[in-house]
Amino acid sequence: MSNAYRTKNSTGLINKNKKINFSFNGHTYHGYEGDTLASALISNGIHLIGRSFKYHRPRGFLGVGVEEPNAMVQLHEGNKSEPNIMATEVELVEGLKAKSQNCWPSVQFDIGEVNNLLNRFFPAGFYYKTFMWPKSFWMKIYEPFIRKAAGMGVAPLQPDPDRYEHNYEHCDVLVVGSGPSGLASALAAAKNGARVILAEDKANFGGSLLTDEVTIGNMSGKEWANDTVAQLKSLPNVIMKKRSQVFGYYDHNMTVMIERVSDHQENPSKYTPRQRLHYIRAGEVIVSTGSIERPISFGNNDRPGILLASAAKEYMKVYETLVGKKPIIFTNNDTAYSTALEFLKNDIVPVILDTRNNSNGELVKEVKQKGVNIRFNSGIADTKGHLKIKSAVIGELDKDKENFTSLESIDCDCICMSGGWTPTVHLSSQAGNKLKFNEEIDAFVPDKKRQRESAVGAANGSFTLNQSLAEGFQVGFDLSNKFTDNNIETNTPNSKEPKYEKHERLWCMPLPQGKKPKRFIDFQNDVAVSDVELAIREGFRSIEHVKRYTTLGMAGDQGKTSNLNGLQYVSNIEKKIVPEVGHTTFRPPYTPVTIGAIVGREVGNHYLPTRKSPIHNWHEENNAVFVAAGLWQRPRYYPKESENMNDAVNREAANVRKNVGICDVTTLGKIDIKGPDAPEFLNRVYTNAWLKLPVGKARYGVMLREDGMVFDDGTTSRLSENHFHMTTTTAQAANVLSHLEYYLQVVWPELDVNVLSTTEQWSGIAVAGPKSRELLSKLFPNIDLSNEGLPFMGLVDTNIDGIFARIYRISFSGELAYEVNVESNFGLHMWKKIMDEGKAFNIEPYGTEALSTLRIEMGHVAGAELDGRAVPFDVGLNGMVSKKKDFIGKRSLSKEAFTSEDRQTIVGLVPLDKRTKIPEGSHIVENDKVASPVPKLGHVSSSCWSVEYNNPFSIAIIKDGKNKIGKNLFAVSPLKDISIPVEVVSSHYVDPDGERVRS
Amino acid sequence: MLEIKCPYCGKRSQNEFSYGGDATVKRPTLGEEISTEDWDNFVYFRDNPRGKHTELWHHVSGCRQWFKASRDTATHEIFDTCKMNEAFNE
Ligand SMILES: [Zn+2]
Repeated sequence: MSNAYRTKNSTGLINKNKKINFSFNGHTYHGYEGDTLASALISNGIHLIGRSFKYHRPRGFLGVGVEEPNAMVQLHEGNKSEPNIMATEVELVEGLKAKSQNCWPSVQFDIGEVNNLLNRFFPAGFYYKTFMWPKSFWMKIYEPFIRKAAGMGVAPLQPDPDRYEHNYEHCDVLVVGSGPSGLASALAAAKNGARVILAEDKANFGGSLLTDEVTIGNMSGKEWANDTVAQLKSLPNVIMKKRSQVFGYYDHNMTVMIERVSDHQENPSKYTPRQRLHYIRAGEVIVSTGSIERPISFGNNDRPGILLASAAKEYMKVYETLVGKKPIIFTNNDTAYSTALEFLKNDIVPVILDTRNNSNGELVKEVKQKGVNIRFNSGIADTKGHLKIKSAVIGELDKDKENFTSLESIDCDCICMSGGWTPTVHLSSQAGNKLKFNEEIDAFVPDKKRQRESAVGAANGSFTLNQSLAEGFQVGFDLSNKFTDNNIETNTPNSKEPKYEKHERLWCMPLPQGKKPKRFIDFQNDVAVSDVELAIREGFRSIEHVKRYTTLGMAGDQGKTSNLNGLQYVSNIEKKIVPEVGHTTFRPPYTPVTIGAIVGREVGNHYLPTRKSPIHNWHEENNAVFVAAGLWQRPRYYPKESENMNDAVNREAANVRKNVGICDVTTLGKIDIKGPDAPEFLNRVYTNAWLKLPVGKARYGVMLREDGMVFDDGTTSRLSENHFHMTTTTAQAANVLSHLEYYLQVVWPELDVNVLSTTEQWSGIAVAGPKSRELLSKLFPNIDLSNEGLPFMGLVDTNIDGIFARIYRISFSGELAYEVNVESNFGLHMWKKIMDEGKAFNIEPYGTEALSTLRIEMGHVAGAELDGRAVPFDVGLNGMVSKKKDFIGKRSLSKEAFTSEDRQTIVGLVPLDKRTKIPEGSHIVENDKVASPVPKLGHVSSSCWSVEYNNPFSIAIIKDGKNKIGKNLFAVSPLKDISIPVEVVSSHYVDPDGERVRS
Repeated sequence: MLEIKCPYCGKRSQNEFSYGGDATVKRPTLGEEISTEDWDNFVYFRDNPRGKHTELWHHVSGCRQWFKASRDTATHEIFDTCKMNEAFNE
C-alpha cells in the first residue's frame, strides 16, 4: 500500500535510492529524497490534510507550491513546533513530524465541522454582525469563541531554539524566479558583467521548464535550464539562491528574501542557521515570478482530491507522484491537456471536461489522437465524498452556459481543474506598480512602475515561451547596461512549444437545479460565491470593502488563487468589466515568514548593545545588582550578606552623609566643545550666563527646548579660553549632542565651534562625603584641596602614577564631593586606588539607588521632575534663568500659561506617620473622602527613605506648590488602593542653604 | 527602508539617519522682538504637504552632519540632497 501512488517512469527529481521516514498525525510513512511533505503524503494516498478555517470542512492539496491555500500543517514538536506551514513547501527530511491543525479531536472526526452544517449561520460578515453587541460580551464570550473556532495552528510556548541570521546584500540586478524568463534575464545580465542575484523559491531552479515539454535551441526545456544554471554558477558575478523567497518589495528597491538554509538538512551543523533573512538593495529588480493557475468554482469544489491541473502535472513530472488513478480533468483552456497527456503516459485515461465548445490546440489534438473522448461544452455541478472525492455530478451546459441541460454522476478519485493563469504580480504591486487589466489573458499585469522594477515572462502576462525568453534576454541585457560598459549581448535561442487556443471566460459553474452546494472561491478564508453575492446584495461596492466583509484574498494567502476569480464574480454580478471593479492591494509578505527569521540574532542579550563602564567587572566582583540606564548597565546597589535592597541603599547613602562613598559616574554624557565662539554658543544654549566663566571653573547649567520646557541639565567647565567640557545626564547624552549639532550646523552656522562626544573617553568617579577631602589629599599630596585651594565648582589637573587626572569639585549628593576623571583605560586603576586609600575612611561604593536617595533629600531635580512638561519655574530653577540675554526657548517662558502663579511646582512631602513610604506616581489631593472625580493637585515624582531624618521623603509637583508648604494633603494611589496623609514641606529637605557642598 | 544620499558620505540606508522636519523653517533671530503668534508659528506649526518637501536629515550613525533633502512625501522619491550651505541641483 505504501507509495502506491508513484508514476511508472522515474524521470523526475526523486532519488528512490534514499528512503526518508516521516510521520503525519502519528502514523509513520516513507517517501524519498527530493519529495516534499505534500508529494510524500500523496504518494501514500493521503489527500485529507486539514480542516478549513471557518466551516472546518475536510481539505486536501490544491497546489504544489506557494499557491497552496489549504494544506497548512503544524511542523515538529515542543519548542521547535511551528504552525501554518504549507506542506507543499516542506522538503522531506528524516524523522519529520507533522500534524493537521484546526481540527479536534482528529482530522477525520472534527467537532468544529458542525459549523459546516450550520453554515447558513456563518455568512459573509458573520463576525461583524453577530459579535457587535452587547459590548460587554466581547471579552468573555465572543473573543474566546472566535479564537477557538477560528484558530489556525498553535504557537509554541517555549522560546525558539533555532538560529536565524540576517544578511545585507547589494546587487545590480536581482532576478526573482528561475523559470525561462528568469534564467534568460539572469544570463543576459550576468554575461554583460552586472552583479546578479537569482532567487528561486523551490529546491530546484527551472520553474515551468521542469514540467513543460518544450525545446530551446537543440535541448529540451529541462536540459536548457540545467545548462543555463551551470553557466550562471560558473560566473563570479552571480549569486544563486534556491529555497529563497523574495517576499517583500519596499521603498528604494529594498527587497527582503527568506532563505531556508537548513530546514531540509537531516543534521545541520551547530552554527548553521535554520533560515536567513536577506535585505537586498538592488539596482534593478526583474520580476520573473511566473503565473499561478486559477481554480474553477463549482459545487463542493473543495473536497480532498480536487486540485489544480498544473499541480497534478508537477506532482507527476517532478515528484513522480500520482494524485489519483481515476482522474477527471476539468478545464476552460488548453494547458490542462498536458496534464491529461501525463496521465496517459502512466496508462491512466482521464475523463476530460472542457467548458468550451471545441478547441484545435496542439495538445488537444494530441489527446484526441490518443483516442480519449473529450466532453466539450461540459462542466461539473457538484461532487460527493466526505473525506476524499468519490464522484462528480457532471453535465452539459446550455447555450449561454448558465444552466446544465443534463446531469450524471461519474466515479473519480481526483479532479484536476484549470481556469487559466494569473500572472504573479504581487511584487510589482508591492513596489507601487499600478496594474492594468489585460483582456487577452483576463488578468492584471504590471503597468506604470514607481520603482526600478521590470516584470518579464508570465508575470508580465507573456504566456508563450518565445515571448518569455525574448523578454528575459532583452530586459536582462538592457538593465545590465545601466551598470556596465561591456555591451555584451546574448542571443535569444529558438524555441518550440505547443500552440494553444484561447481560454473561455468562464470560472463559475451554474448550480445544479434545486440544490445549493457551496462553490468556493477563496479556499484559505472559506469564502464561497454565495458570500460575494451577499456582500454585493448588502450594498458593499468597493472591492476593498467586499474584501474585508467577506475576508476574500486576505491573510497569509493574499489571494494567490482566489483574487481574480473573486473580482471576476463581482464584475459578473455588477455587470461591469473587471478593470472597473479594480483590484485590492497586495501586501507583503507574499508568503508567511516565521517570526524568528524577522528577529534574527537580535534576541536575549543581543537585543540591544550593552554599554559597560571600565569599572564594570569590579562592580560585578563586588556583588553589585545592576540596573539598565538606557544601554548602560549601572550598579544599583551592593548588598552585603543578608541585606535586602532597602537595607543596602540606606547603608550606602548614610555612609556618604557620615563618611565617604564612591560612585561610578562614567555613564554621564560628556561633550568636548571647542572654538572661538564656544562661550557665545553656551550662552545661547544655556539659560544662565556663560561669557564670564573663568578658566578652571565649572558652572551648573540648564538648557531648554524652544517650547520652554527643561531639556537637560549638567555642569560645564572651562578648560581654557575656547575649550569647554560639558556634562549631560546619562539619559539625554545622545539627544543633547544632536541638539548642539543642529544649532551649530543648521541655525547658527556662523558660529565657529566644534562639538564632540567624549563620553567613552573619560571615566568618572564621584567621591562624596565629609571625609572625601581628607581621602583625596592622601592620594594627591601635591595639590591643594583645601576650600581655598579648590573651592566648590573649581577644577584642577594633576597626575597620579603617570596618569593624567582632572579633579572637579562638584556634587550631586549635596555633600562635600569631588569627581575624579581619568582616561577610560585607567578608570579601574583609579577606582581601586581610591578604594584602597579609602579603607581608612570607611569608604563604601554606592549605586544608583543611594545616588537617588541623596539627591532627592537635597531636592535636586532629575529625570522624574524634568519630564518634558516643566519650565524652569516649575522645578525651582527660576534663579538659573537670565533676564538679560536671549537663549533657546526663552521667548516661550513669557507666554501666559507659563507665567501663571498657580502652575504645578516642586515641593517636598513627608508622611504624617513618618513611616509609610509614598509610591511614586501617587496623586496629590486635598480631600480623599469626596466622590470622584477628585480634583488632582499634582503627582509624586520621586520617593526615598531619608537617611538624614530616618523617615520617608518625596518630591512632588503640585499646583501652587509654594503656598501649600505647611499644609496637610493626601497622597493617593488608586492602583494600590492607598491614601497617605502627608505634610507639604520644602523640596530642599536636607541642608537647604547648601553649606555642606561649600564646606 | 529608504536609501538616502548623505552629501558627505554617499548612499546609506535610512537606519543610519534621523529625521529633522521641515528645512524651510527659520528660527527667529536671537534678541528680536516677536509676537506670540509668530513665535507659536515657529515652535508649533508645520505644513504637512503631500508631495515635494524640503526637509532636514541628520546622519546620526555616520558623519553626524545635518543636511537637506528634497523628498516626495507620498512616493518617498528623493529628488536631491545637499549640504546645509548649498542649494539643490534642480
Ligand atoms: Zn554622512
